[in-house]
Formats: sequence, C-alpha cells, structure tokens
Amino acid sequence: MSLKVEPGAIHGIIGASGAGKSTLLRLMNLLEQPDQGTVTVGGRELTGMPDKLLRRERQKIGMIFQQFNLVGNLTVHRNVSIPLELAGVSKRERFKRMRECLDFVGLADKAEQYPAQLSGGQRQRVAIARALANEPKLLLCDEPTSSLDPSTTADILGVLKHIKESLGVTVVVVTHEMEVVKSICSHVSVMESGRLIDSFSRAEGEFSPPQIASLSYREQILGKAGNSYV
Amino acid sequence: MFEEMLKYQTQMWESIGETFIMVGISVGAALLLGLPLGTLLYFCRKGQLYENRTLSFVLNSIVNIIRSFPFLLLVVALIPVTRLLVGTAIGTIAATVPLSIVAIAYYARLVEQSLLEVPKGTIEAALSMGASKLALVVKFLYVEARSGLVLGLTTSTVSFISFSTVMGVVGGGGVGDFAIRYGYQRFETEVMVYAILVMIVLVQLVQFTGGTLARLLDKR
Repeated sequence: MSLKVEPGAIHGIIGASGAGKSTLLRLMNLLEQPDQGTVTVGGRELTGMPDKLLRRERQKIGMIFQQFNLVGNLTVHRNVSIPLELAGVSKRERFKRMRECLDFVGLADKAEQYPAQLSGGQRQRVAIARALANEPKLLLCDEPTSSLDPSTTADILGVLKHIKESLGVTVVVVTHEMEVVKSICSHVSVMESGRLIDSFSRAEGEFSPPQIASLSYREQILGKAGNSYV
Repeated sequence: MFEEMLKYQTQMWESIGETFIMVGISVGAALLLGLPLGTLLYFCRKGQLYENRTLSFVLNSIVNIIRSFPFLLLVVALIPVTRLLVGTAIGTIAATVPLSIVAIAYYARLVEQSLLEVPKGTIEAALSMGASKLALVVKFLYVEARSGLVLGLTTSTVSFISFSTVMGVVGGGGVGDFAIRYGYQRFETEVMVYAILVMIVLVQLVQFTGGTLARLLDKR
C-alpha cells in the first residue's frame, strides 16, 4: 500500500477494528518496523536510519493515544517536560515551553497535579501538550477520543483543529468513530483488512463542526431542529 | 528478663551491629546488581522490547538455581568463592558474600515482577518520544514502577534478616546467631526470647518504613 499525507492536512484513517489502522499509524514513526518498503517524514527517510538519528526524528513527531499513556507518578508539569528533557533542552527553556504548551491546551492551572486527579479529557489535553512540547511538524493520534464521552470528544477535536490552524501541524488521526472524521478531517483514507480501499479529500465547506458540546443529552437524543447532521 | 538484657547488653549491641552489616551490604548488592539484573530479565522476556530467548534462559536458570538452594547449603557450597573474594570464609564480612548473592537473585525476580506491571502504553509513549534505552528505563520504567520496587526491596530486606540468622555456621554473628548460641545452646530461654523480640522489632521497623515510603511514592 502507499499513502501520502499532505502537509498541513488533518488526515483521517478510518476502518473497523483490526483493519490495521493503528499498525499503519505506528509505521509512520517506526514503532512498527515494516518488512519492506519505506517511510518518509518531512523528506527524510526513516527506514534504514541508524537508531540514534531515528530517535532524534521521533522527537519531532508527536503522538497521542487512546489510553493517554501519561506517566502516572509524575505531575502534569513533569509529564510535559519529559520530551524536552529527552531532546536536551535547558531547564529554563523547558519551563517556559511547558508553560506555553499547557496554556495552549488550557490546563495551566493543573501543572502541579497528578494525572490521576484529572478527568479523561484533561488527561488527553496533557498528552497533547506533551506531544506538542518539541514543536513537531507531525502529530499522530491513535484513537484519541475513543475512550472519551461525546462532549469531551468534541472538546478534544476542537483542540486538534486548533493545533492544525494555529501551529500548522500536520495531523494524522486513526479512528473508528465517524464523528471524528466528519468534523475535522480534510483528507480521509479507509482501511479494510490491512488494505487501503479508498482515499479522498474534502472541501472546507463540508465539515460539520464538533458542536455536540453545546447540546444537552436531551437535544442529542431527540434531535435539534436546524442541525444539518441530525 | 531485664536482668538478662542488662547482662548481655554488650553482646546484643554487637550482634545487632553484625546483623546490620550483613543485611546492609546485601541490600546494597540487591540495589546495585539485583536491580539491573531484574531489568535485564524483564527486557529479555518473551514479548518484551529486547526479547532474547538464549539470554533469558541463561539468566532465569541462574536465578532459579540460586533461589532453589536451601540457604544453609548455599553458604557452605560458596565457601571457596567467598575465600576467593574476601580472602577468608569466616566472619561477618565473609558471611555477606553468600547473603549478597541470594539477595541479588531474590531482588532481581521482584524487580522483574514490578516492571511487568508497567503498562505497555507507557513504553510505547516513551519510544514515540525518541527515548533512548537508558532514558526509557530511568525516566519511565523505574518512575512508574517505583512503589513496587520499594515494596520488593522491603520484602527482600525482611528475608535477608531471616537468612542472616544462620550465619553463625561461618562465624558471621548477628542477632539470630546470638539467640542460638546463648539462648538455645546454653538453655537461657529468656535470652532467646529477648533476641527474638529484637528481631521482631527490626522486621516491623523495616516493613513499616518500606510500606509508608511505597505509599507516599505511589501517585497513580
């Protein structure tokens, strides 16, 4: 299979469970090694790269997960600082950058809390802040909203969209939720049993904004007049 | 009993000192060598990051063999090794050699178990951030497993205290040896009870400290 992700796109990969979406995503930062073929990110071929260089490239690719994968024994502040420590950023610079990232996701006031004290949506925001710390050009999202409730989902999708628009980061989202693709993806690839079966792009006007957040459960269930997707 | 306690005060303090030396050195060995060995056991396991069947088999065999020895026999069997390492097979320092070897094997196993409880996702996140092997271990694995590692060390220390009691056979001394020589062999039951009480207090202290520390460290 061959897949090209346009710079500045929000590229959705959708398909049933077990279709190979996550594997495809993991190939993009080589968490999964391909048996054959190449992976190129930002003009640099990652396959065949020595370990040390690959690690440096990975520092420039952010990744978030369904289960957030934060370090539970570290505060929010320390979690966001880790990627900066790995990249050898000075302490003062780290602190500044950590603040910026937490501000960006709206959690500046939670810096000294532990992940266990936060809600699911807040944890995913921390994970996003952590992924953004090293100013990546590419953000990989593995089912970022699949363990969140609908209104938190809309919230996180809003953050992802904001990232693309204000930071110009290319975003790849793997999901099985139609809602996610419908509301934020400019490009879509469909997978089925390890194969890409469809790929297309969408025009700006076709997006249905992630506005569930403003609807009550009653409105979501009964439908609200004037909503195009109801 | 107070009479006995006063009478043997000097010997008791000396014995407590010997127990501290033996247990202290073996705890040090457990940390210095058992921790890395346990980490290696973890990484080499089937399905783990650096799966290596041969190395896994070799390390597991060594750890199992050491742990299957009845401790007293291990002490005797290791006499030539002890002589080689410290020049003598008799005395408190000599006694720390077999004790440390058991300590390393014992703690390595507990380290492996604690690390297995770290979610795979944490490791994946670390790798996605470009963490080196060392950073993965120090900044992620040990941080996430730290309360388990402390509890493991606590359990180990209690076992080492118990193991150290048979060190009388090679002249290692310690509280246990004191209890056997004065209390049991000289029929001074009260002295034996006294020594056992001291052991109980020691174990309680270790367990309480370790348990509290582990609880404070766990933020998950």
